Amino acid sequence: MNEFLLIFRRAFKSPEDQPSPEMLQDSIKQWQDWFGGIAAQDRLVRPLQRWDIDGVIVGAEGNVINGPYAEIKESIGGLILIRAKDYAEAAEIAKGCPILALGGNVEIRMAV
Amino acid sequence: MKETALIPHLFRTEYRKICSVLCFLFGIEHIQTAEDIVSDTFLTAAETWSVKGIPENPVAWLYTVAKNKTKNFLKHNAVFEQKLSQQIRLDSQLHQDEVDLDLSDKNINDSQLAMMFTICDPAISKQAQISLALNLLCGFGVQEIADGFLTGKDTVYKRLKRAKEKLKERGIKIQQPKRSEINERLETVLTALYLLFSEGYYSVSNDATLRKDVCAEAMRLNYLLIENKITDVPAVNALFSLICFHASRFGARTGESGEAILYQDQDETLWDRTLIEQGIYYLNRASKGEKLTKYHLEAAIAYWHTHKQDSMEKWENILQLYNNLLILEYSPIVAMNRTFALAKAVGKQEAIKAAEKLGLNDNHLYFSLLGNLYMDVDDQKALQHFHTAIDLATTWADKKMIEKSIKKIMGQLG
Repeated sequence: MNEFLLIFRRAFKSPEDQPSPEMLQDSIKQWQDWFGGIAAQDRLVRPLQRWDIDGVIVGAEGNVINGPYAEIKESIGGLILIRAKDYAEAAEIAKGCPILALGGNVEIRMAV
Repeated sequence: MKETALIPHLFRTEYRKICSVLCFLFGIEHIQTAEDIVSDTFLTAAETWSVKGIPENPVAWLYTVAKNKTKNFLKHNAVFEQKLSQQIRLDSQLHQDEVDLDLSDKNINDSQLAMMFTICDPAISKQAQISLALNLLCGFGVQEIADGFLTGKDTVYKRLKRAKEKLKERGIKIQQPKRSEINERLETVLTALYLLFSEGYYSVSNDATLRKDVCAEAMRLNYLLIENKITDVPAVNALFSLICFHASRFGARTGESGEAILYQDQDETLWDRTLIEQGIYYLNRASKGEKLTKYHLEAAIAYWHTHKQDSMEKWENILQLYNNLLILEYSPIVAMNRTFALAKAVGKQEAIKAAEKLGLNDNHLYFSLLGNLYMDVDDQKALQHFHTAIDLATTWADKKMIEKSIKKIMGQLG
């Protein structure tokens, strides 16, 4: 078994691009079920960590920008650590990620 | 009560009280002395009562004898007297020449609580903690503990001896938990109480009375924590709520010949409504503060199970609670329960897919789950899984339960 970092990304063009509370409510169940399914296989490396949605970005000139949307098209929606045999198995797990239905993607990195 | 039944009864209720108070008074390094004095007290009782008859107030009689034996012991053990009695006198602010044993309800409860926190030292294995708790806090004899664990008397005896030596080695003070220690120690104490209850509830032992007694003891000790202001925290209430909900089904979960009856086949009129109400009360009491513990989640799951009627709302809630429980901490049993809830909430097809990913191939419950999921979907596959389950099951009650499912399918197939 290896450890894999799963990074969920989604294009947020502006703060208005945020899903509505109703959409969030709907997707909470999908996320919960997906996380629960991974945990049920004992593949979750550590408990989930919630991340602040806004954050700040430090630019090349040392300038600090509020929120990740201003300059970057895609931002991290969240990340988790899982256990899997190889990239193929990790990708199989990632295929269930609800971010895909929202037009996002999942980047996978194996811990070496 | 006849004399033959009275002494075992008193032994169960009073041994632990006197023993805790003595340990509390003497300190952890003298557990053996404390136990000897209590055993000697009961021996004297048995001898005296068989000749002179049972006294009017047997408990008061035992207390007086225990007090006198303690005084005598201290008088005749000069070393013990010098080292210890002075300290005891200082602590309890008693008269110079008298060490009195305080067997008031308050001191008994205080002593038991202090002992609970001492026994649950992280240096002692979980199994040994439970054995110690059963022995010192609940007054169970070595034979009873051995019966409960389905193990030999020698094993339990050695386990207790080693654990007591370890406690002595560590020189932990038996004292009331301080507010600052609550967080680090309470978790171990709650785990031990949880395991103590489970030991009684799920024990493979056939002795139903013994199992019920173990559960009742876990409840009593849990309640001691609620009664104490310092330990009356949300997690303690959540565990108590969980235990109440489970205990409410005690009468409905075993059949006449001792076989287990699955939840869905239980007669809900046999569920104890008072305990259910109590569970709800303590779950509400647990619902404050920031920290969501596994006891909260498990109590909430048990709460939903007190609604016998299936509904979308019920199973969706249970599924989400199991999801959260697994995210907090993995366990094979919870993973299987979560899959069962998934079947109820979103259907068998989805649940079969999830179940086949669990890979708990050495667990009979896993194959029972697969058998149940395949039932009515693919009966041949269901049968295969049940047969694997019966091969893996080790207890009579488990095999009996799986046989029931096999018969059910065979009946339908004709």
